[in-house]
Amino acid sequence: MSAPSYAWDFSFLWGYRGLILFGLGVTILYTIGTILIGLAIGLLTGLLRLSRNWLLTAPLVAYVEIFRCTPLLVQIIWFYYALPVVLGIDIPATVAAMLVLSLYTGAFYAEIVRGGVNSIERGQWDAARAIGMRGHQVMRYVILPQAVKRMIPPFMNQSIIQLKNTSLVSTIAVTDLLYQGQMITGATYRPLEVYTMIAIIYFIVLFPLTLMAQGVERRLARAD
Amino acid sequence: MPDSADLRPMIEINDLWKSFGPVAVLKGVSLRVERGAVIAIIGSSGAGKSTLLRCINLLEDPDRGEIRVGEREMRFSADRRRHGGDRELAAFRAATGMVFQHFNLFPHMTALENVTAGPRIVKGMDRRAAESEGRALLAKVGLADKAETYPSHLSGGQRQRVAIARALAMGPAVMLCDEVTSALDPELVGEVLGVIERLADEGMTMVIVTHEIGFAQEVADAVAFMSDGVIVEIGPPGAVLANPENPRTRNFLARFHRAQGDAAR
Repeated sequence: MSAPSYAWDFSFLWGYRGLILFGLGVTILYTIGTILIGLAIGLLTGLLRLSRNWLLTAPLVAYVEIFRCTPLLVQIIWFYYALPVVLGIDIPATVAAMLVLSLYTGAFYAEIVRGGVNSIERGQWDAARAIGMRGHQVMRYVILPQAVKRMIPPFMNQSIIQLKNTSLVSTIAVTDLLYQGQMITGATYRPLEVYTMIAIIYFIVLFPLTLMAQGVERRLARAD
Repeated sequence: MPDSADLRPMIEINDLWKSFGPVAVLKGVSLRVERGAVIAIIGSSGAGKSTLLRCINLLEDPDRGEIRVGEREMRFSADRRRHGGDRELAAFRAATGMVFQHFNLFPHMTALENVTAGPRIVKGMDRRAAESEGRALLAKVGLADKAETYPSHLSGGQRQRVAIARALAMGPAVMLCDEVTSALDPELVGEVLGVIERLADEGMTMVIVTHEIGFAQEVADAVAFMSDGVIVEIGPPGAVLANPENPRTRNFLARFHRAQGDAAR
C-alpha cells in the first residue's frame, strides 16, 4: 500500500484574502467583546459569590457550574435553537453567540476572581478590620489590590483560550474565521489547505499573546 | 477633660463566652484593666488567650457577655447576637489597637502607607496631615528612615514596629498585643519589646498575650494565667509568677522554667 499522495497548493487562497481577513476581524471582535462583557459578569459574580447569604450565592453557583460543566458547543446550539422557543422571542445568531461566549467565559472569570480574593491571607482582613476599616473598604484598599495581581495570569490564560473558543460560533453561521474557511472549502473542495491556513492564522495571533502572558507572569512573580 | 473624670476601668469584660462549633474556647472570662495598666496574659496554647484578645476588639463575635472599652460598650447574648452594624463594629475596632503575631502588614503599601491607611481611609484625614503624623509615629518606633520601604524589604522586628505604628495611628484607647514576638528571630525580640515598654511607660493601657515571662514580670502591672478558657489566677507579677496559688499556674510555670533551663544548657 502506498502512502496517500496529495498535491498541496495554497495559491488559490490569495483570491479569498478579503473573506479571510473579514473572518479574522469577526473572530477578534467576538474575542474582545466577550472578554469585556465576560469580565464584567465575572467580576460581579465572583465578588457576590463571596457573600455568606446563600439565597444570593446559590443561583450564582448554579450559573457558574452549569456553564463550566457543559460543553460550549452545546451551549451555543441551545441558546440559538432552544432559548428562543423557551422565551418565545427570536434571537439572532450574532446575539446568541455573543451572549453565550460572554456567559461562558464569565463563569471562568468568576472563579478566577473568587480564587484570587480567597487566596489573600486571613491576617490581611484582620489587620484592616482592626484599624477600623469597614467591609467594602477592606475589599477595595487591602484585598483587591493584592488579589488582582494574582488574578492576572489566569485571566490572561483564559482570555487566550477564549479566542479559540469563538471558532465554535461558526456552527450557528456567525461569519468568523472558521466559518469563512468552511465557505471557502465549499467553493474550492480543498479543505486541507484551508484548515492548515486557518490553524496558522490562529497560531500567528495567539503565540505572541502567550509569550506576552508569560512575560507578565514572570514580572509579577518578581515583584512579589 | 471628661476622660479624666471617668474613674471606671479602661477595659471591663464580664462573663465572656465563645465557642467555635462544638469547641468552647472562652468559658466565662471576666477581666478589668485600669487606665494606664498593662496586663500580661500567659498560658499554654489553646487556653483561649488569642481568642480573648480577638473578642475584645470584636474580630471574633462573642456568644455572650459584655465588653466595654473606654466609652464604647457591647453586649452579646445567645438569643440576640446582632449588635449594631458594620459601621458600629468598625468604630469600636478603630478605638482598640491590635498588633498581631504575624504582623499582617499590607504588602502592597510602603511602611508609611501602612501607617497612614487607617487615618486616611477610615478617618478621612487628608494626605499631608496623615503623612506628617505617620512619619512621627515611624520615628517613634525607630523607623524614620524606612518610611518609603515596602514590608518585604524589612526585617521581622522592623515589620512588627511598623505594625505597632499602624495601630497607634488610629489613636486607640487601648493596645492589644497578640504574641507579638513569637514569630521573630531571638535577636529581634528586644527591639519590639523595647517599643512596647516605652508605650507602657507613656501610660498606654495594654493587654499583652505573651510567652516572654521575663518581659511580663518587668512591664506588666498584673499577670493573668489562662487555662482551658478561663482566667484561673490574676495578680501582681511578683505573686503570680514567683509564687502562684493555683496548681495549674504552678504546673505551667514549672514546665516553662524547665524548657528555659533546657534551652540555656
